[in-house]
Amino acid sequence: MAHKARLISGFFQGLTGLACLIIIAMVAIIIGNVVVNGASRFSWEFVSQAPEAGMTQGGIFPAIFGTAAMVILMTIVVIPLGVATAVYMHEYAPKRSRMVHLVRLAIQNLAGVPAIVFGLFGLGFFVEFVGRGIDRGLYGGRMVYGQPAIVWAALTMALLTLPTVVVATEEALRAIPQSYREVAYSLGATRWQMIRRVVLPQAVGGILTGGILAVSRGSGEVAPVMFTGAAYFLPDLPSRLHDQFMELGYHVYVMTTQSPDVEATKPVLYTTVLILLMLTFLLNFTAVMIRAQFRKRLRYGR
Amino acid sequence: MAVDLDLATPAKALPAASAGMRTEDLRVSVAGQQILKGITLDARRGEILSIIGPAGAGKTTYLRCLNRMLELDPECRISGKVLLNGQSVYDSDVYVPALRKRVGLVFSVPITLPMTICQNLTFGLNLNRATRSQCDQRVEMALRAAYLWEEVKDRLQEPARNLSGGQQQRLCLARTLTLRPEVLMLDEPCSGLDPISTRKIEEALQQLKVDLAIILVTNNVKQAARASDRTAFFLFGELLEAGPTEKLFTNPQKQKTSDYISGRFG
Repeated sequence: MAHKARLISGFFQGLTGLACLIIIAMVAIIIGNVVVNGASRFSWEFVSQAPEAGMTQGGIFPAIFGTAAMVILMTIVVIPLGVATAVYMHEYAPKRSRMVHLVRLAIQNLAGVPAIVFGLFGLGFFVEFVGRGIDRGLYGGRMVYGQPAIVWAALTMALLTLPTVVVATEEALRAIPQSYREVAYSLGATRWQMIRRVVLPQAVGGILTGGILAVSRGSGEVAPVMFTGAAYFLPDLPSRLHDQFMELGYHVYVMTTQSPDVEATKPVLYTTVLILLMLTFLLNFTAVMIRAQFRKRLRYGR
Repeated sequence: MAVDLDLATPAKALPAASAGMRTEDLRVSVAGQQILKGITLDARRGEILSIIGPAGAGKTTYLRCLNRMLELDPECRISGKVLLNGQSVYDSDVYVPALRKRVGLVFSVPITLPMTICQNLTFGLNLNRATRSQCDQRVEMALRAAYLWEEVKDRLQEPARNLSGGQQQRLCLARTLTLRPEVLMLDEPCSGLDPISTRKIEEALQQLKVDLAIILVTNNVKQAARASDRTAFFLFGELLEAGPTEKLFTNPQKQKTSDYISGRFG
């Protein structure tokens, strides 16, 4: 009996261990494959130059620049919007209010919407509706904002990452002891003063965590920017909000599916993926460092 | 926007008998449950009023009515009168943040904000953009009044968390005092403190009562007996008995009061 029990126990230990091994193996294969195949073309020129000769020569600097620019624009939009939403829900709205229930439902749904739907929404709403509206109103119908542009791509991506920021901020607000708020009130703080001086400084760590997740999501997604601003090849870097831009993920997608000579673009493709991964890690790392810096400044609380 | 801290009649101009806090038939229910059932009670400048009573008697709720902290709970219903120097604090034209500065509250556990000692002390002052010299002066005044100055005067830039529990509670007292309140309410301020810290707080209160009305809620009957001038006994939301401390402790009028102060229940 004991023998059999030990056998079963060992079997399941092996099984669960195997599941872990598979995950490690998958990650190792993905990263290994990309590094091994991409390292050959990896060079300073590749990072700093524009593509040439139908993507087989030169570098991918415009795509790196475009991705970073789009992600920064997105962050500028999504952090204030997400934080404001979370602060309203947690600090202003009465408990168990209909409104908060509705907003939370909307956010949960937003988080479940497929990325491609965001892309189509961005095209339909931002480009066609808002952009064309601006053109009609301000530019006499001339096509300026009514076409795919970096600003629309960034806004679409901001919508996609909004739930992440809202949820992370709400978590952070929930973790702040109610007694801090009461002390602030008892010393004559208005609600806004209480939020500004006690709640927000304490929540910065959580807000930045949300920001980190949003940034790494935003720099990797392709579908939302496909119709709203990303272009396959552009001779110039985007310099205005209504310019189109090149994006790493989209670049990979296009090279994989649209290239006239798949074999010739393959090494470039691998290196591009390698750089996409590195950029994501770098953005993540920067955000983590910023958060650590804030945590250090706030260590008085812990 | 600068908020005038002294927007009402200056308390000092009033005769001591009418300066302070008064409630008339104060009734409170929270979520349909009656917590206070008609409390009429005075706290006058120049004396310490202690409120004793078993848990659930409504002592804390009473305090939170006086500086309108209770209404942060949307389910509370308040009726009756709360008068500060004869003016109703529930009038519609009362600016609540300014009221809370005039009616200070010290909580039962020391709650220091996650900042330095100095930032804790200037928190209330800085809400109204006090000047640097005003802050320095008020901070020293408050720390001396709370018997904490000597211990922290060289440590003002340290995190408040570095202080011991007793020091933190005196810091909380000083933080309230920086705003120069007219009424000082303390909700079991010594519940978690050692005898020495307790004595320091009690000594501070004796000095402070000259200019203030002090309301001291305490679970410690002995503390009420030794530190207060008048004592009120709360039981299940009712004011059972109130009077000069000496009289209440030596010659209580009600059997329940006598039982409670002699430790037979509660």
